[in-house]
Amino acid sequence: MHKYASPKFFYALAGQLTPWLGGLTAILLIVGIYLGLFIAPADYQQGESYRIMFVHVPAAWMSMFIYMMMAGAGAIALVWNIKLAEIFSSVCAPVGASFTFLALVTGSLWGKPMWGTWWAWDARLTSELILFFLYIGYMALQASIDDPRRAARATAILALVGVVNIPVIHFSVEWWNTLHQPASVSKIGTPSIHPSMLAPLLLMIFAFSVYFFTVALIRMRNEILERERHTSWVAQVLESKT
Amino acid sequence: MNWTQFFAMGGYGFYVWSSYGLAAVILILNLYLPLHRRKTVRRLLREFVRLKRSSQPGSE
Amino acid sequence: MPPLLNAIGCIFRRDITVALRRSTDILTPIIFFLIVVSLFPLGLGPEPAALRSIAPGVIWVAALLATMLSLNRLFANDHADGTLEQLLLSPHPLTVLVLTKIAAHWALTGLPLVLISPLLAIQMHLPPQAIGTLVLSLLLGTPVLSLLGAVGAALTLGLRGGGVLVSLLVLPLYTPVLIFGAGAVTGVIADIDIEAQFSLLGAFLALALTFAPWATAAALRVSIE
Repeated sequence: MHKYASPKFFYALAGQLTPWLGGLTAILLIVGIYLGLFIAPADYQQGESYRIMFVHVPAAWMSMFIYMMMAGAGAIALVWNIKLAEIFSSVCAPVGASFTFLALVTGSLWGKPMWGTWWAWDARLTSELILFFLYIGYMALQASIDDPRRAARATAILALVGVVNIPVIHFSVEWWNTLHQPASVSKIGTPSIHPSMLAPLLLMIFAFSVYFFTVALIRMRNEILERERHTSWVAQVLESKT
Repeated sequence: MNWTQFFAMGGYGFYVWSSYGLAAVILILNLYLPLHRRKTVRRLLREFVRLKRSSQPGSE
Repeated sequence: MPPLLNAIGCIFRRDITVALRRSTDILTPIIFFLIVVSLFPLGLGPEPAALRSIAPGVIWVAALLATMLSLNRLFANDHADGTLEQLLLSPHPLTVLVLTKIAAHWALTGLPLVLISPLLAIQMHLPPQAIGTLVLSLLLGTPVLSLLGAVGAALTLGLRGGGVLVSLLVLPLYTPVLIFGAGAVTGVIADIDIEAQFSLLGAFLALALTFAPWATAAALRVSIE
């Protein structure tokens, strides 16, 4: 176990894994997009516009999933002081924030034809916006601490506080929304899911997840090199490949 | 299959293709930036290791 | 008196005394609260009905911002003069000591905001029955603001740009309190049953009381080492 958790071993393992994960991502994306754009029938209510769902829903899912992973790894790093968990937790935020941004913009692009307005204070979009702010705060804290160890521990605490709060925020926004919902704006109903729509949706969610791990591994490798720059194995790695 | 019809997306072309386009941009950027960073890190660290070696007493 | 209680009493008294000697520190957030709320009628026009409809939100948002302004005082001075390190070295559980400091902070910022809010409520033409609700919702909500703010203050201790940074960390976490705090007052104006809002504010307070001192203590340990 100790061997697998050593940065040196992990660096090599991650280097071998990334091409495979990258390939898997590409295949999943191609099949998912093909099924989503060509095979799945148009929705009887929303027409072709519902196809935005195949990027919006996976992006929204990733925004939550990455925050959970980030906080979980942060907790492991805090409690057991495991370096790799710390490094993993510290590379999550930019990817998570960009998926949150994607979910917001695609939500808005989906909302325009459905609601007739670019932005509605819909419960899901509002929660997503606050999640985006949480990511921004996390990255701002991370950027303002120079020492990587201190940065990792401080951001892990922040992520844990955030994780406790996310369900509360979600519930509050949900409640607030039912109270203030203007009658003219109807919710984006998730189209009644037909198997031909569900398959591309699940494939895209899976593709985005594998993509996240691919990118996280590449980022972790960069981070490991920088943190371990005083060791002899890094010097060897730098010499071996040009 | 009629391609013009496909790209029109039943009149929702702008919204659908903007969504997929932004998704592509974000996926590519998130891949490109760390890969680019990797090159920079390796270059800087190689320099770092070289300087460290040359400053160690008795190495030259 | 058991030593822990003694320590709690000492810290509480000390924080209050120190703050009272620098009374501008206490006054600034309160004056800020007054000014921000008074600006809205100037921006929107003095129409009472319009003011009444936005008053709960405006007063609550101003309370969030005023609390945020005061967060710096919570640990920064003690950090600068080394008192905080003494606190970390003390044999008593840090969470309890931190909770004491938060309580003192609330007594000096949250409580004055609660006490002065009826004045603003009158200014904003809130109906009389809503004023009591506003005070009560602030009384339940402001301790949560102090508790969550303490985590942010501890995390940003000694960092450059700490003041703005703490707002980025803490404001998103304040949204539930804002929703239900302002929601309670709006509910009373609209003559809706507001028991749920108060129960939830109480639940947030309980949740924050359990988690925030612990997270603050952990954050202080990270920030000072």
